[in-house]
Amino acid sequence: MPHAVPMTTSPQKEDDDSSLPDAPTPPSDESQGKTEIDKSNNGKTDIKLEDLFNDDDDDEYDDGEETPSSEVMGRELKSSPPMKPLEIAPTAKYSDPEIMLAFYQRLFPFRYLYQWLNHSMKPSKDFGHREFAFTLQNDVYLRYQSFPSSDLLRKDVLRLNPSRFEIGPVYTANPSDRKILRKSTAFRPMEKELVFDIDLTDYDEIRTCCNKANICHKCWSFVTMAIKIVDAALRDDFGFQHIMWVYSGRRGAHAWISDKRARTMDDHRRRALAGYLEVIKGGAQSGKKVNPKRTYNGDLHPHLARSLDLLKGHFQTDILEGQDPWSDNDKAERLLKLLPDKALNDALRKKWDSAPGRSSASKWADIDTLAKTGASKTLDGRALLEAKQDVVLEYTYPRLDVEVSKKQIHLLKSPFVIHPGTGRVCVPIDLRRLERFDPLGVPTVTELLGEIDAWDSASKKPERDEKSKKLQDYEKTSLKPYVDYFRAHVASILKEEKGVKREREDGDPMEF
Amino acid sequence: MIKQEFNRIDPKRRNIVAHKKKQFAESAYEKQEYPHRLNLYELPPTADITLEDFEKWAIDRLRILAELEACSFRNKTPSETAEHIKPLLLKYLPLSPNSSAPSSVAWRDPKLQQERQKDHYSHFILRLAFSSTEDLRRRFARIETALFKLRFQNDDTRERQDFVRSLDFNWETVGDEEKKALATNLRSATPGLKKEELEEGGWFKVDFETVPELVEQRRVFLKAGKAYVPVREQMSMVLAGFTERLDKGLELTSRALPRLDEDDRLTPILTHLSKNFATPDAHISDSDSSLPGAPINASSIDLLSQHFPLCMRNLHLTLRKNDHLKHFGRLQYTLFLKGIGLNLEDALIFWRASFKRKTDDEFNKEYKYNVRHSYGDVGGDATRRGRGYSPFSCQKILTEHPPGSNEAHGCPYRHFSPDNLVALLQATGVNDRDVLCGVREDVAEDKKRYHIACNRVFEYAHKAELRKVKEEGTWPASELDTIVHPNTYFKRSYLLKNGGKVGVEESGRGDEMEM
Ligand SMILES: [Zn+2]
Repeated sequence: MPHAVPMTTSPQKEDDDSSLPDAPTPPSDESQGKTEIDKSNNGKTDIKLEDLFNDDDDDEYDDGEETPSSEVMGRELKSSPPMKPLEIAPTAKYSDPEIMLAFYQRLFPFRYLYQWLNHSMKPSKDFGHREFAFTLQNDVYLRYQSFPSSDLLRKDVLRLNPSRFEIGPVYTANPSDRKILRKSTAFRPMEKELVFDIDLTDYDEIRTCCNKANICHKCWSFVTMAIKIVDAALRDDFGFQHIMWVYSGRRGAHAWISDKRARTMDDHRRRALAGYLEVIKGGAQSGKKVNPKRTYNGDLHPHLARSLDLLKGHFQTDILEGQDPWSDNDKAERLLKLLPDKALNDALRKKWDSAPGRSSASKWADIDTLAKTGASKTLDGRALLEAKQDVVLEYTYPRLDVEVSKKQIHLLKSPFVIHPGTGRVCVPIDLRRLERFDPLGVPTVTELLGEIDAWDSASKKPERDEKSKKLQDYEKTSLKPYVDYFRAHVASILKEEKGVKREREDGDPMEF
Repeated sequence: MIKQEFNRIDPKRRNIVAHKKKQFAESAYEKQEYPHRLNLYELPPTADITLEDFEKWAIDRLRILAELEACSFRNKTPSETAEHIKPLLLKYLPLSPNSSAPSSVAWRDPKLQQERQKDHYSHFILRLAFSSTEDLRRRFARIETALFKLRFQNDDTRERQDFVRSLDFNWETVGDEEKKALATNLRSATPGLKKEELEEGGWFKVDFETVPELVEQRRVFLKAGKAYVPVREQMSMVLAGFTERLDKGLELTSRALPRLDEDDRLTPILTHLSKNFATPDAHISDSDSSLPGAPINASSIDLLSQHFPLCMRNLHLTLRKNDHLKHFGRLQYTLFLKGIGLNLEDALIFWRASFKRKTDDEFNKEYKYNVRHSYGDVGGDATRRGRGYSPFSCQKILTEHPPGSNEAHGCPYRHFSPDNLVALLQATGVNDRDVLCGVREDVAEDKKRYHIACNRVFEYAHKAELRKVKEEGTWPASELDTIVHPNTYFKRSYLLKNGGKVGVEESGRGDEMEM
């Protein structure tokens, strides 16, 4: 290690944080007759049909900023470079290779990342047989990288200076040996964290403030709601404890669940769990998208009842007031479509037509007011109540990209890498301060490097010299609380794994 | 369709096999006994059987599986399916309850033991035949599970309980205290629960991983990683246990297969069996669906789309409206177009022109490769690549990858709301009130007869032409069957509207066509 790697162009696009590894990687040279398809699923070389087209999500064509630099890669670097001032030019862009490199050298928490993925301080398969995939600055995409230690990972990251990298599953064998093994089907994914992906573009049909890749504080509340709901279900219903939420750098969040029981779930189970959480269903033309089962007396499943409880307040403030989705009477038709009683709808329509621009909050209140005044003779009160619950869910319940959660083999962008479009670090989100998390306030790589410079030049004064010598670079920056959070999270995993690991290692030593 | 051919392997071949008439399993030590009618197939066969039995038993079972699959393709309800399969099971794969034997011998009755041995062995033989690819494995597991379910439901209640008790499942019983404390949650998590069930019925507490189906459908209460399952969901748990064991078994078998290849007695039989179980997708081969002489090229698709079934029509309309399709839409449509005979070169022209808003560079980078890949032009190793992927059957479109927000693939009859479905039908020229009403009924929650709806529209749109070919007898009956593949829909529509004949000009193929 580092070993020979297949050089293929990245199959994915700008923003996708995850990729289906089974998607074919276009050959770097189209004229080549033989294409190398790296396929690991059960060691077969065929490509899963359903994953074939999963390269794009092209509708999210959002930024020209990520035009890859054509910088020639592959410089040699020592693993501990000299600490000279960084001298970040004010005009420097976060996608500059120099900037990226300085970030990896001075700020990226390799050691904690290693412990997080390895579940132990001692080298083991959990890290050694783990796949990493690098996207280089010239868009070349390298699959099946693996490293026995955090130092070797760091060394290769510094050598290749990728614009980002992704984390895949732990395989039954070292990914670098997969070619020797592929025929004996001995190479297949064995474990991976359970992951979730929330992306605001999936909310485009209900958010009014922004669309596509843009976000603001108003629509970030959708992510806040989604995190609350999914986190509650994962902890209370499924009993998971080691859950980390990570800002995806632009317009969403990822969850990584490191409990042993989650890591060892097969795809069938992952699919079941994703299905449990999936409530909003149907394509563009499917009409009403929330149709939960209810008991004979109208009760929702406890998960949905709890979700509704958590979401009610958000619906009032973040949807009715924040998004105001039905102020246009045209748009209010969408609301009426979700209500069950024709006569009541007619009465509402009449009322709203006479008061153009009536706010969504007022319109929502009108439903009950008119219902009470007997605007409809046929009104079924319970049906109305249930329809209103469904509306609340349709506008607030998490819209997950469940495909990402269904497969062990899926790769997901590593925490703490830089989002190439925004320059922001993919930092963990501390759930104790979830409501206060500000995606637009997350430090960018250029800011962070500037903070180190500022600290170092200030500390040239003798009284600060001693103190700053002991400090690691991240401690001089606003990245510190995020790394501290990560470290604490990792520590709790290591503590829990200790017992489990000891048993495992007896019969199953790691060989290097 | 799905007419499996059950002719046995050709006599010449069999001679070679028979010549070496040997035993199936070499390690036969003791005869297995079958106290229960049902079997989770955890233990492989150990006794000897003749090659004749090997083959005959496998074919008998295959017959049942093929019929079961056909029922599901035709959207038969569980009770219709049970009704249909019952006589066939009696004939080919009988499995009698213990109560049918004289009480002096009970389950030791030789006839019962023989039936159960055949069931057991034929299952394992087919495992060998169908473990080679993931696709086959998945199909086999699905149908075997359906068969097991059917038998489980029809089992004598007492014998079923005995069977369940014999299983080594790790189920913890929920105590009265806990049941009382969780009553509200248990009630609301379990739709259709009766009051007595909650109060008096038994509940199991199991790891949620044990009951993935119940979890997926949110039909069970979960707390701290445990699922609370009422006794009546026992079947679901047994089924999950059955499927899980079978999946694992198939996986193991597939890894062991290379070793079996060396056994020249079995290989020809196994190959023959798995060929008889060819996927319905494969029934659309180029020669089946292509139309010699028809002008099918990049610029004729707009015109031809009038012959497309609604799913493809919708994809085409969406493509024209947005100058774009999301990935599953592209996949479904590309393969369909390939199936109607659009060649790769034209396909690339078609997609390039359709994605108006993409630059050449974007197109080449993001999309071109995938189109070529679906045609088998690139990807994989050349020997396995073949001609790429088969066009999707209705079954596949109906059951795999339902469309998400803003996606246009799937089956409109299933994935559209009834109002939007009717609107789309009207937009494509179906305005007859009776037809639209019929479609609404077909697709309703309690019917879910999406095929029937699609065929209803087909029959309406080709009423005159169909009457004509029926009167003139120019089309074989097999060509007037229910359509279960989008490419069949196109082919028939095209031929009907253009006065073409089916299967006649192709010498000797005529009534052999299976679609
Ligand atoms: Zn916004």
